Amino acid sequence: MTRHPPSQGLDARLVVEHGSFRLDVALSAAPGDVVALLGPNGAGKTTALRALAGLAPLTDGHLRLDGADLARTPPESRPVGVVFQDYLLFPHLTALDNVAFGPRCRGAGRSEARARAAAWLERMGLAEHVGAKPKRLSGGQAQRVALARALATDPRLLLLDEPLAALDARTRLEVRAQLRRHLADFEAVAVLVTHDPLDAMVLADRLVVVERGRVVQEGAPADIARHPRTDYIAQLVGLNLYRGRADGHTVRLDAGPKVSTTEDLSGPAFVAFPPGAVTLYRDRPTGSSARNLWRCEVAGLESHGDQIRVELTGELPLAADLTAVAVAELGLHPGAPVWAAVKATQTHAYPA
Amino acid sequence: MTSTAQDTRRKARRPRAPGRGVPPALLAPALIGLAFLLVPLLALVVRAPWRDLPEQLTSPAVWDALRLSLVCATTATALSLVVGVPLAWLLARTDFPGRSLVRALVTLPLVLPPVVGGVALLLALGRNGIVGRWLDEWFGVTLPFTTAGVVLAETFVALPFLVISVEGTLRAADPRFEEAAATLGASRFTAFRRVTLPLIAPGVAAGAVLAWARALGEFGATITFAGNFPGRTQTMPLAVYLALQNDPAAAIALSLVLLAVSVAVLAGLRDRWTRAV
Repeated sequence: MTRHPPSQGLDARLVVEHGSFRLDVALSAAPGDVVALLGPNGAGKTTALRALAGLAPLTDGHLRLDGADLARTPPESRPVGVVFQDYLLFPHLTALDNVAFGPRCRGAGRSEARARAAAWLERMGLAEHVGAKPKRLSGGQAQRVALARALATDPRLLLLDEPLAALDARTRLEVRAQLRRHLADFEAVAVLVTHDPLDAMVLADRLVVVERGRVVQEGAPADIARHPRTDYIAQLVGLNLYRGRADGHTVRLDAGPKVSTTEDLSGPAFVAFPPGAVTLYRDRPTGSSARNLWRCEVAGLESHGDQIRVELTGELPLAADLTAVAVAELGLHPGAPVWAAVKATQTHAYPA
Repeated sequence: MTSTAQDTRRKARRPRAPGRGVPPALLAPALIGLAFLLVPLLALVVRAPWRDLPEQLTSPAVWDALRLSLVCATTATALSLVVGVPLAWLLARTDFPGRSLVRALVTLPLVLPPVVGGVALLLALGRNGIVGRWLDEWFGVTLPFTTAGVVLAETFVALPFLVISVEGTLRAADPRFEEAAATLGASRFTAFRRVTLPLIAPGVAAGAVLAWARALGEFGATITFAGNFPGRTQTMPLAVYLALQNDPAAAIALSLVLLAVSVAVLAGLRDRWTRAV
């Protein structure tokens, strides 16, 4: 797929090297897009964000925003707003002066900057907190002040570094919903960095998955959730994922065994199925309709929501979700031998 | 069950658990050190000529010296702030070749005997000094043996204290606040002025107090570079030293005044001091 560099929006290839680490990711987005950079810790997501903001110099590549070349532009001259992971609100300034800081630096007079800041804070539902210093604000309030501060300079590119990571679970739910609304209203490009697949899927229109400094997969959240291409993504979306070679309705896995599928494919392919689709038997089942049957051994058990996740090794390493009752009836314990079965209709194969 | 657990925790947090007293091997030298610091000050108070004190302290020479000391020390501190805070920023926030060498040179006056500093100042800024010659020729400015010379001598010894103190505070301050300011459109100078400086203000204040105290007590560089002219360059320490040779009672009186001023300053700035240092 070739993508023509859009004259509007973001078009970048970010190459940053430090030490033995090399980041090389291509990113493009149209105005109004919300793109999530998703990846494990140390994948280079934050480095990519810093490169977009001008805080980390590009070793190579290019960076264009609305047609303007920004690669050599210092951070203070870029039309970019950043919401930092721990917000970095200036502790000696009130919420109002924090938000007014950007407009002031971009040339607005004191009263004009304050009026704009007050309008932004009002929009964030923080009208009664304008005079509060950051340490008097709750986590959710501080997050909204940080967002208002980043938006008050009318950026053409909004960057959010783990915007929900500093919040506790309860606040997170509420702030995520608010943030989604504000991002939907934002008419320029927004790029957010997160290691949380839920945040990424709720907030973004498009995911770019980064591992070890490279883009391993990108696309719509639903598409990525259905067709993971790396173990990391499969784990995030909770699927068993295998790579193999398809021949008709059978995929011979690189791991050894064959899997029957409903799709008709040929050549390199992925097979995925959810842990809930796995049935376990103490003895080899007879007359079972499932043609996918493997001899395994229980490696570990842990509770997973209201289910119990059973990690299996053996012919095929996989995860299975069972009810507590089923686990008790089967008498499962680490080391117990079991037969694992998956119906062909529950698997999903797609070209690699 | 829970309350028992809490009780145990509360007990464990008590400052003095049984058998955890101060070991004599630490206590004895600590007390000797404390006595060593306090006994001389006590002697000063005990031996003070309390009866003659009012007479001693009303002599205009004392007040001239005290006024000169305060004015010069304060001016030297102000000068140190103006050049020292930017110098500290340069050392803490930028990377240039030879930075560690510059840093070492900045701290040199800390260990240099002040008299040597005075000699060096004479060679640099004296009438025949490598810079002073041009100051004299072009602007008719002569610095040695003037009040301005006192200020320069004090700045020379006080500045490193301020730079080291402020640099330490800057290194401890989160540089990402400056990055946040940059993404909001602030130049490095604006970020420094509006974000960094307010954040490090307590450290700057502590550094200024250190520098002021050092300047107030300056003796060696001052007497070498600025001489000992009453009313013009004779600061309190110089007056004390001179008085000790022909009027010990006056020396003690002057010392008491310096002690009182120092205690007053320390008490006045104690809150700032303990917070930042």
